[in-house]
Amino acid sequence: MAAGLFRLTRAEAGGAIAAGGLALLILGTLAAVAWVAQGLSGLGPWDWRAVRFTLWQAALSATLSALLAVPVARALARRRFPGRAALVTLLGAPFILPVIVAIMGLIAVFGRNGAVNDALRLAGLPEVSIYGWQGVILAHVFFNLPLSVRLILQGWQAIPAERFRLAASLGFGPRDVARHLERPMLRAVLPGVWLAVFLVCLTSFTVALALGGGPRATTVELAIYQAFRFDFDLGRAASLGLIQIGLCLAAMALARWIAIPAAFGAGLDADHMPAAPGGWHRISDALVITGAAGVLIWPMAAVIARGLPQIPDLPPEVWQAAGRSVVMALISALLALALSLTLALSLARGRMRWVETAGMLPLIASPLVLGTGLFILLRGWFLPQTLALPVTVAINAVMALPFGLRALIPAARTLHRDYGRLADSLDLHGLARLRYLILPRLARPLGFAGGLAAALAMGDLGVITLFASDRPTLPLQLFQLMNSYRMDDASACAVLLMAISFGLFWIFDRGGRLA
Amino acid sequence: MKLPVMLALLAATPAMAQDKPVLTVYAGESITSEWGPGPKIEEGFEAFCNCDLRFVTGDELSRVLMEGERTEADIVFGLNTDVTARARASGLFAPHGQDTSGLSLPVEWTDDIFLPYNWGETAFVYDETRLQNPPASFAELLEAPDDLKIVIQDPRSSVSGLALLLWVKSVYGDQAPDAWAKLAPKVLTVTKGWSESYGMFTEGEADMVLSYTTSPAYHIEAEGDATKKAAIFPEGHYLMAEVAAQLRTTDQPELAQAFMDWILTPEFQATIPLANWSLPAKLPQDDWPQVMRDLPRPEKTLFYSETEAEALRQPALDEWLRAFSG
Repeated sequence: MAAGLFRLTRAEAGGAIAAGGLALLILGTLAAVAWVAQGLSGLGPWDWRAVRFTLWQAALSATLSALLAVPVARALARRRFPGRAALVTLLGAPFILPVIVAIMGLIAVFGRNGAVNDALRLAGLPEVSIYGWQGVILAHVFFNLPLSVRLILQGWQAIPAERFRLAASLGFGPRDVARHLERPMLRAVLPGVWLAVFLVCLTSFTVALALGGGPRATTVELAIYQAFRFDFDLGRAASLGLIQIGLCLAAMALARWIAIPAAFGAGLDADHMPAAPGGWHRISDALVITGAAGVLIWPMAAVIARGLPQIPDLPPEVWQAAGRSVVMALISALLALALSLTLALSLARGRMRWVETAGMLPLIASPLVLGTGLFILLRGWFLPQTLALPVTVAINAVMALPFGLRALIPAARTLHRDYGRLADSLDLHGLARLRYLILPRLARPLGFAGGLAAALAMGDLGVITLFASDRPTLPLQLFQLMNSYRMDDASACAVLLMAISFGLFWIFDRGGRLA
Repeated sequence: MKLPVMLALLAATPAMAQDKPVLTVYAGESITSEWGPGPKIEEGFEAFCNCDLRFVTGDELSRVLMEGERTEADIVFGLNTDVTARARASGLFAPHGQDTSGLSLPVEWTDDIFLPYNWGETAFVYDETRLQNPPASFAELLEAPDDLKIVIQDPRSSVSGLALLLWVKSVYGDQAPDAWAKLAPKVLTVTKGWSESYGMFTEGEADMVLSYTTSPAYHIEAEGDATKKAAIFPEGHYLMAEVAAQLRTTDQPELAQAFMDWILTPEFQATIPLANWSLPAKLPQDDWPQVMRDLPRPEKTLFYSETEAEALRQPALDEWLRAFSG
């Protein structure tokens, strides 16, 4: 028995198996591609330029997203206002938008003929251009700031109310609160947030190209695409895939070196609000919240305004695809939840760091390498087209895993530290422990993780064109509509997709917060 | 949880046609989609073949090349002319057996393996209500003020982007780097595929978009909008054709041949223009839909042979990358 041999608990064994499977999937598909290519090929100068640009934009996007998220999360943590709950949920939306929809939204606001430039022209001011590295960064911040805010906000909420009350009774000012409570929390949470955003941006492709203004904004993922499609050089694709994984491991090592776990101890769960300083802090918090909400919601509003009137005219195939996608997204979400909970609980015991590394790997696995590798591995046994939908479901679950883990790991660690020994001494194990301790205590991050997984699965374009099926998903249908000139239908389809993704996210997230 | 039910829903395969031989056709997303020519092709062929035509959607060439001789494909449908050299080198394809002398293509076609079924040319499309004085030639486009903004596609990820590389090369030859240097400041952005570019154009973000001479036909026919025009340049336009081929390893040689024989018939060709928004490969101009007949046609069509294009691909890409990275 594995548990006996390695002296692992059942939770740890489950985590090790799940993580081993993940590593096998990501590295095995890469190996399969390299095997078919009969080795790795060398990289050209343009490839190295792509590596440099990728690193630079991902580091800048991650740093900006994480830093900008701190004031927003703090303002949301210490203020209460009507619509706050709705706003917090809405903040999840940009992250789950299909890329092409988000690009169209950003262009409607910041593009050449967008609202911002219209206003600047009216005011007689010089125009701003979204095309270039600034556009890439803007888009990445647009996508990832909300995710960062949510993760940091969870950090704030994880500080027990008793600590804030104690701080208040000791007469702490905002600066003392920051020093004794907030900064230790940020030191624990921010590196993970930075890492998640950095890794998301590492595999950016469509955004970087469309808003980057040209080949200067070439990323590694585009180079992989080029190796597959333009050169049919699988060896180079595998080399580039390996570089992406190397970058990921380096970034993870860096983030781990910086992060120091905070230790606030357990507290009662009275719904609490950190002490909210008055005066100009009030005004700055209001400005921060309005600003962030505006920048994030405006582009989405532009997409809705464009597509909503066309929704009644959508062809019936779109509705069928929508139904299909919802079922797939729900299964993906359940799978992702089961996997990430297994991993997080095993990580909480803190003895197997490699499990966390394996859990983050899917973030930087190149979809093209993954799809091609799977195709190579499975083709001898199954007809690829019969696997199209199940494989898409499984891949989407795996792809959503790292985000679920980011939300679950800190909560699971706290749970283990604060309640682990008590539960052990009560002999609370197995399903009973899951039901009476784990699920109730982790309901919030679980709801958030499930919502993210469902929404991400909903918006995924189907990473695996080699398995493509004749029963398209909704995002694929959006792409097909655009490809046959039907831009009006496509814009309506985009609104539908956005509404369903967001609806799924809302149901999970809300469910988690009510539980 | 109703997981088993959901899984069953997902795994349910379309009803199998009883006992009929199956012709497996690999084709791209844009062909098999509800709005592409695929459904009409399937219906038309099944009407007389006494068989079941089954489209397998996806990245057809990559897949066939990886499957090699074990592929189940009988036909590969919808390859672009830029990949025929690599497809041919695989030795997986068999001759089509058609007479290609009477094609309605503007260039001579002598390929005995890859059979074209449609064609068009790359062109810059504009909206006359937004761009009153479009450039009348490629030279004028290069000399146009830099605030004329165009969107193009990346040659590394898009066939139309690659066609633009070859277009510039065939017009400007050794002067292509200078041409790109003049064009680069006007390029608002470069997108991964055609649809992102075209979307940006229709949303009013760019003045011109790299598309096809036949693109205005969609707006006229489907939207009653005659304001979208393709700028016709006297230097000539680069040809893009889509081709089909049968596999040497097919287990349905007669059906596959029957399909190849059907491609150039008027019945098949008549479905192409309004389903694919491109021109038919073998149909007298009088039989084209009115909207296609009315489109302005370039006087000159440029096209590199497959070997020339293959040799030019990498150097032309390097020139392009340098022009944008200076």
